[in-house]
Amino acid sequence: MSAPLSLADLAPGRRARVCAIEPLPDRLEMRLVDLGIDLGSLVEVVHRGPLGDPLAVRVDGTTVAMRRSIARAIRLDPA
Amino acid sequence: MAEADPAPPASACGRTLRVAVVGQPNAGKSSLFNALTGARQKVGNYPGVTVERLSAELVLPSGARADLIDLPGTYSLDPRSPDEAVTRDVLLGRLPGEAAPDMLLLVLDATNLAVHLRLALELLALGLPTVVALNRIDMARRDGLAIDREALARRLGVPVVETVAVRRRGLDELRAALEAAATLQRLPSAPTAPGPAGTDRRALARAARTLAADVTTGETRARQLGRQLDSIILHPLAGPMILAGLMFLLFQAVFALAETPMSWIEAAIALGQQQLAASLPDGPLRGFLTDGLLGGVGAVIVFLPQILILFAFILLLEGSGYMVRAAFLMDRLMARIGLDGRAFIPLLSAFACAVPAIMATRALPDARDRLLTMMIAPLMTCSARLPVYAVVIAAFVPARPLWGPIGLQGFVLFALYAAGILGAIGLALLLRRTAFRGHRTGLLVEMPAWQWPALRDVGIGLWLRALAFLKRAGTIILAVTVALWALASFPVAPPGANQLAHSMAGRIGAAIEPLVRPLGFGPDIAIALVPAMAAREVAVAALGTVHAIEADADDATGLVERLRSAWPLPTALAFLAWFVFAPQCLSTLAVMRRETGGWRWPAIQFALMIAMAWVAAFLTFRLASALA
Repeated sequence: MSAPLSLADLAPGRRARVCAIEPLPDRLEMRLVDLGIDLGSLVEVVHRGPLGDPLAVRVDGTTVAMRRSIARAIRLDPA
Repeated sequence: MAEADPAPPASACGRTLRVAVVGQPNAGKSSLFNALTGARQKVGNYPGVTVERLSAELVLPSGARADLIDLPGTYSLDPRSPDEAVTRDVLLGRLPGEAAPDMLLLVLDATNLAVHLRLALELLALGLPTVVALNRIDMARRDGLAIDREALARRLGVPVVETVAVRRRGLDELRAALEAAATLQRLPSAPTAPGPAGTDRRALARAARTLAADVTTGETRARQLGRQLDSIILHPLAGPMILAGLMFLLFQAVFALAETPMSWIEAAIALGQQQLAASLPDGPLRGFLTDGLLGGVGAVIVFLPQILILFAFILLLEGSGYMVRAAFLMDRLMARIGLDGRAFIPLLSAFACAVPAIMATRALPDARDRLLTMMIAPLMTCSARLPVYAVVIAAFVPARPLWGPIGLQGFVLFALYAAGILGAIGLALLLRRTAFRGHRTGLLVEMPAWQWPALRDVGIGLWLRALAFLKRAGTIILAVTVALWALASFPVAPPGANQLAHSMAGRIGAAIEPLVRPLGFGPDIAIALVPAMAAREVAVAALGTVHAIEADADDATGLVERLRSAWPLPTALAFLAWFVFAPQCLSTLAVMRRETGGWRWPAIQFALMIAMAWVAAFLTFRLASALA
C-alpha cells in the first residue's frame, strides 16, 4: 500500500477527491473549508510556481493558490 | 389585517440608517460600493487600526439618506487578519468608536455561489435585516449557470437582487430593497458569537453547497480564455519574464513618465514665485509667501504625478486579477524575507519615491504585511538620494575603470543601492522576529477570474487616493516646509554673514554637531542636515549654502570642488553611509502618518532609521580612517 496521496504530489491534469485534511498551524484547515476545499471536494492542480511552489488548485468554481506545505496536508483518494 | 403592535422602524428617532456592505474578497463588493456612491466617498481609518474605512451617503428612493460603510472583505466571522477582525468587530458592535450597523448589504458572487453562500449563512445568523446582492450575474449566465433568484430568496428568507456592479445594473432595485428592509425590526435574538468552529463550519459549508446546487441549473462551462491566459501568465519561465517586463514598465512609468508633469509643476511654482517676488517688496512676508507657502504647496503637488501613475498601474493590475498571479510568482522569494508576494510592487516603486510606495501598500490585504512593507520601503534608494550620491561620488571617487566596462564610480553607486536593499531585508527580518512576530502560515489565497478592469472604478480609486494624499499628508508637508523655511530664515543674518549658519536652523545644526562628530561630520554637514529634512535632495543645496556656493541638484560643479578640499575621504564615505539609511524626508513620515493613522509608527521608523544611519556612518568612518 503506497503512501497516501497528497495534493502536493497530484499530477497535473488529474483530479481526485479530498479524503482528509490534516490539522495545520493557525487552524488553516478552516480557511480551506471557507475557500471551498473540504472533505469530498474534487480538486485538480492547474499550475505550479517556479520551482514547484506555490500551487494553483482548482476546486469547483474557484482557483486557489497555496504553498506546498499546505497542499501536503490535503490527503486525496487516488481512485 | 392589522399586525399586532408593529415594532418601530430601524431608522426611527431621526437617526440615520447605517448599512454595512459585507462579502468575501473578489465578490465585487468595492465595485458595487462605487456604483452606488460614485466618488462621493469619505476615506479614513478605523479607530486605532491600520485598516482603511470607506463610507458614503446612500440616497434611497424615497429621498431618505443612509450611511453606507464598506467593510473589509472577509471569508468568515472567524478572522484571519486585522482587516477581517475589523469586519467582525464592527458587525458585532465591538469596535470602540464604531457603532454596529442596522442593516447588511451582502454581496455574493453568482459565479461561485456554493462558496459565497457559506459566509451568507454565517452572516444571516447574526439576525440583522439583510439584502443580498447577487453580483456578476452576467458572468454566471455566460458560464452557463441559471440561478433561481426567487427560490434563493425564499430559502435565505431575505430579498435577493441581481446586480452587475461594473455595468451598474440592478442598482435601483437594490436601493428599493434596502429601503423596504429598513422598516423591518432586528430579530429578537442578539447577534451570536463569531464563526462556528470545526464541524459546524463544515456543516455550514455543506449546507451552502446544497443550497447552491438546489437553486442553480446548468454546469459551469470551462472559461477557456482565462485558462489559456493563466497557462502563459503562470508559466514557470514565461510568467516571471512577463512579470519582470511589467515591473520594468512600471518603474519606467513612475520614474520617467512622471518627469514631464513634475517639471511642469516645478516650473509653474517657480513662475508663481517670480511673480510674487516682482510684485512684493523684499522682506519676511515675501519670503514667507514665495519660499514658505508656495514652496510648500509645490512640495506637495509635485508628488501627484508619481502617485497617480503608480496607482493607475496598481488599480489596473488589481482590477484585472493579475495582482494575485504576480504574488503567486513572487511568493517564494518574498516569503524568505517574511513578506507578502504583493509587496514587490510597492517596494519596487520605492526606488523612485517612497511616498507613493507607502501609499501603494494598500494593495496588501493584511494590515500586518502592509505595515511591515511600509517600514522598509524608505530604505530602497529613492531618486532623491541620487543628487547627493552624485556630488559625493564625483568629488571623491576617481573616474577609473574598475573591471572592463564597469567604472569605479558606477560600482560605488551600485554598492549604495545594494546597501539599501540589504538594509531593508535586514530590517524586515528583524521586525519579523520582534514587533511583527507571527506565524507566517503561508500563501493561501483565492485567484479571482480574469476580467476587464472597470475603468470607472480605476478613476474613482485614483480620485480618492489623490484627495486622501492632499488632505492628510499634504497638509503636514506644507506645514513642515513652512516651518523649515522659518527656521532657516530667522533670525535674519547681518549682510555678508551666512544666513543659514546664523538662523535657528543653523543653531540647531550647531547643537547637533557634537552628536555627529564621531561620524566625522563637521559643522557644515550638521547644519545642512536640518533643511535636508524637508527632502533629501535639498542636502545638496543646503551644503552649497553653508559653503556659500551656488549649488542645486542639477549643477553642483562648484560644490564638488569645494567638498573635495573640505572633507577627508572617511568623512565623505561616512556621509554616503549615513544617506543610505537616514530618514531625511518628512514627506515620507507625513504619508506614514496618514496611512497608519497615527504618529506611533512614523516615530518608530524615524528612530530605527536614525539609529541605522548613525551606526553605519560610525562604522564606515572608523573603518575608513583605520585603513587610510
